[in-house]
Amino acid sequence: MARHRPPGLGRTRAWRSPLRGPWLTSVLGLVLLVGLPVVAVTGLLSYVAYGPQLNQAIPADVGWLHLPFFEWPTRPVWLYRLNQGLHVGLGLVLVPVVLAKLWSVVPTLFDWPPARSLAQVLERLSLLALVGGILFELVTGVLNIQYDYVFGFSFYTAHYFGAWVFLAGFVVHVGLKLPRLVTALRSVSLREVLRTSRADTRPEPPDPDGLVALDPAPATLSRRGALGLVGGGAALVAVVSVGQTVDALRPLAFLLPRGRDLGDGPNDFPVNRTVTAAGISTDQAGPSWRLELSGAGTRTLDRAQLLTLPQHTAVLPIACVEGWSTTQRWSGVRLRDLAALAGVADPASALVQSLGTSGPFSQAALQANQVLDPDSLLALRVNGVELSADHGYPARVIVPALPGVHNTKWVRALEFRAA
Amino acid sequence: MLASFALVGYVITVLTPEALWNRETWWQSVLVWFLGAVVLHDLLLFPLYALADRSLVTGLRAVRGRWPGRPLRVPVVNYVRVPVLVSGLAFLLFFPGIVEQGAQTYLAATGQTQQPFLRRWLLATAVVFGLSALAYAGRVGLARTDEEPGR
Repeated sequence: MARHRPPGLGRTRAWRSPLRGPWLTSVLGLVLLVGLPVVAVTGLLSYVAYGPQLNQAIPADVGWLHLPFFEWPTRPVWLYRLNQGLHVGLGLVLVPVVLAKLWSVVPTLFDWPPARSLAQVLERLSLLALVGGILFELVTGVLNIQYDYVFGFSFYTAHYFGAWVFLAGFVVHVGLKLPRLVTALRSVSLREVLRTSRADTRPEPPDPDGLVALDPAPATLSRRGALGLVGGGAALVAVVSVGQTVDALRPLAFLLPRGRDLGDGPNDFPVNRTVTAAGISTDQAGPSWRLELSGAGTRTLDRAQLLTLPQHTAVLPIACVEGWSTTQRWSGVRLRDLAALAGVADPASALVQSLGTSGPFSQAALQANQVLDPDSLLALRVNGVELSADHGYPARVIVPALPGVHNTKWVRALEFRAA
Repeated sequence: MLASFALVGYVITVLTPEALWNRETWWQSVLVWFLGAVVLHDLLLFPLYALADRSLVTGLRAVRGRWPGRPLRVPVVNYVRVPVLVSGLAFLLFFPGIVEQGAQTYLAATGQTQQPFLRRWLLATAVVFGLSALAYAGRVGLARTDEEPGR
């Protein structure tokens, strides 16, 4: 097979870039070695934050493929915001690094013969899990944060299991290549590379993996320039993404859904579902609206009655799984006061149901600590005014550090369950 | 390594093999997207940008060859590469808004349309190309004063 090499495959002179080599690949690999586990772990933590114990994480059944379950805390209040901001933000920032890393090793893809031993066949299969996994996760993630569901299958399920396939490939790859990464990084110091101009840029010495070109062209870009280009790309992505999370920097995210300016009224901050999309009529959410409160017994309250109960104000962020977030000043009745009113002062959990009945988030269960946190509210007002229809009028839940979509809007019923 | 293959096998059993394949619309299958991502990157995206870059380098060399008497003091190639890469990266990451894909879901989630994104991306592209041209002009100016002192 080795003698019948198809054109363009194998160690040909077609690869001309003088920059390819183990050192460059290892620098990019090191960045990913540090960054990608953070993206993976924050993703898996997000699954725990959705409350798999309460049977409301998606996908529901993951076998052993999860971090140990624990009760997701309500403090610090920015915990979920940080987790998801890192997951999505760092995931986006690493895209240029992943692309550069793939560029740096692409000649090995066209290696000929395709396999010299069984071990090599297995290694190449594990690379499929690695490269397929990372590209699949990046593509589905990027499409999801922009509401483009062209792929048709369930994003949550595919993205979750895809992460495990990637992790399988990642662990093998790190295990096999870590010694080589260390040797390559020791071969040249970063400081030396940063001092070398384009005119003095030379190819790395030939390597056993065949990353270094056999017949390199003269450098049109220095190695430091290439690193600057990748680093600059990553920095640029960071700048155009941070506005999705920091309210003051919102205009910077000018290409992302959550970078849009919504005016400056008290209710002008992003929503993830409009009242129209939820199919809620003005009649349902109008004066005839009643809150159905149940626990030891059942009672109904109208909005005026809720406003006569002790009101509490809390400045809390609301953070979406898609990585965007916003901080607002919410006021309303503490959930623990409502639990006491329902006759369950020490609830084990609570079920919140929305007027909107379609979709997986028309109801959400809350853990005991989430009901009892002093800042957990059935919010009636935001920033000193009534909630707008899109923000959940007549009443919505807001709980510190809870995934945004579980802060149910247009609440119809609250059921407190005793321990 | 065996543990890793066992893990992939376990992922498939938990996910169920049926979930990998969509009988009605084949291209909306998890498997197709998983392998498709690799094929699309390795056999389409990579060759395209490699070809584009090589054409740029040889193209610029050919253009320069027409004026043999005037050697270029500052190579222009990176002043084209950088803005193209910036604009391309922005498109690669944010194309759903730019080409208005998923408009229905976008409207349901945000209450807005994706109408401004194409203009914003074009504007940003124009700005980076403009900045790059200015930087090039600056470098050429510097190179000239360095080489021709006293003039």
